[in-house]
Amino acid sequence: MVATVYETPDDALEGVGDGATVMVGGFVSAGSPSHLILALKRRGTKDLTAIANNIGLGDKLDELCEQRQLRKMIASFAIRASGGRRSRFEELYHAGEVELELVPQGTLAERIRAGGAGIGGFLTRTGLGTPLAEGKQELELGGERYLLERPLRADVALIRAQRADRLGNLVYREAGRNFNPVMATAADLVICEVEEIVEPGELDPERIGTPAAYVDRLVRCDPIEVRWSG
Amino acid sequence: MPGLTRELVALRTARELPEGAVVNLGIGLPTEVAGFLPEGRLVLFQAENGILGYGGISDADYDPDRINAGGQPVDLLPGASFFDSASSFAMIRGGHVDVAVLGGLQVSERGDLANWFVPERGGGSVGGAMDLAVGARRLIVAMAHTTRDGAPRIVSECSYPLTAPRCVDLIVTDLAVIEVMPEGLLLRELAPGVSAEEVQAATEPRLALAGDLREMAL
Repeated sequence: MVATVYETPDDALEGVGDGATVMVGGFVSAGSPSHLILALKRRGTKDLTAIANNIGLGDKLDELCEQRQLRKMIASFAIRASGGRRSRFEELYHAGEVELELVPQGTLAERIRAGGAGIGGFLTRTGLGTPLAEGKQELELGGERYLLERPLRADVALIRAQRADRLGNLVYREAGRNFNPVMATAADLVICEVEEIVEPGELDPERIGTPAAYVDRLVRCDPIEVRWSG
Repeated sequence: MPGLTRELVALRTARELPEGAVVNLGIGLPTEVAGFLPEGRLVLFQAENGILGYGGISDADYDPDRINAGGQPVDLLPGASFFDSASSFAMIRGGHVDVAVLGGLQVSERGDLANWFVPERGGGSVGGAMDLAVGARRLIVAMAHTTRDGAPRIVSECSYPLTAPRCVDLIVTDLAVIEVMPEGLLLRELAPGVSAEEVQAATEPRLALAGDLREMAL
């Protein structure tokens, strides 16, 4: 189906309920759907499982911890090894009030890709011989050992692109791509914020990063500045 | 004991990057390697968040979409490209990154690397380190030779959780350059003013001395 354009990020979250699994695109400041995250905060949706590369590095996702909206976080970066000021997520994590599944960044991306591509899992050497292999099946094939990694899907994906047309074709900017294109494939409801929405035909088909088939809802928002605070 | 500054460790590490290589630099000290490439050497730096071909840390205004994996604003060099995270880690896991330079908490005599979790601080995050440790064709660890308390970081067995077993090829520290060989660790170069005995005293496993053991050329 093609996309529907919504007036505000709050409207665009219509139907997102307590207990949902939500993928959130972005790599700290790059390509982060900050308006949609803040709308999710205003909405007060609870018991969420969030899937994102990072939380607590200056990203708006950390604000969902203010009212304890997260039950579980699946991420590659959430807890710092160094000291310094703790993020809200780190406070909750160290208090045992939120669950964390730490996933190597490439495995996270590929699990989401598998989820969106109808693939039942994949084999990787990443994580073998480490604590992150615990509970996962190991296989030996062709003399090489691998971990079996399972796909990830979500009820909702919140993503960001630079521009879209009304059908939902997306154009990304620079390193703002990161997890956005794979997450667009791996959720039942894909909501994208963009700086500009144009008419079909105005985007160069050669430049489309995510085709309209993947995107359900669009909302136009001016960018919010996000600064890394690692 | 005299030893190299961070900048000189970065400079010595930069000499390891061959012409035309695709190179990923980890967060922390490895990031500084980009600033010390020998004049005229062409290297494509990969940032796992989706850039191939960035230059150094940028002085320009902060552009939220033009950062490296450590969140620092970067310059783009001619020939740069952008890609998404799944493609980025296909590049890494698939053996298309020639060299990765990562920081380390501990390296074992077999080349096991621990660099993501500090048990006494109760935390750590993995980012792309495990994928890089497994996927890069050559892995260089650039780190301080000992902890602040003087304990060896080059150990017989890592006591910290591993990033990957048997993955490190070369260790560059403030005291020495050490190669991980199938039979153990080989001391190749010494920092100026540092003796092989001093390096051994700061290292847990036994070091073999290279036939051409020499002072680092800086």
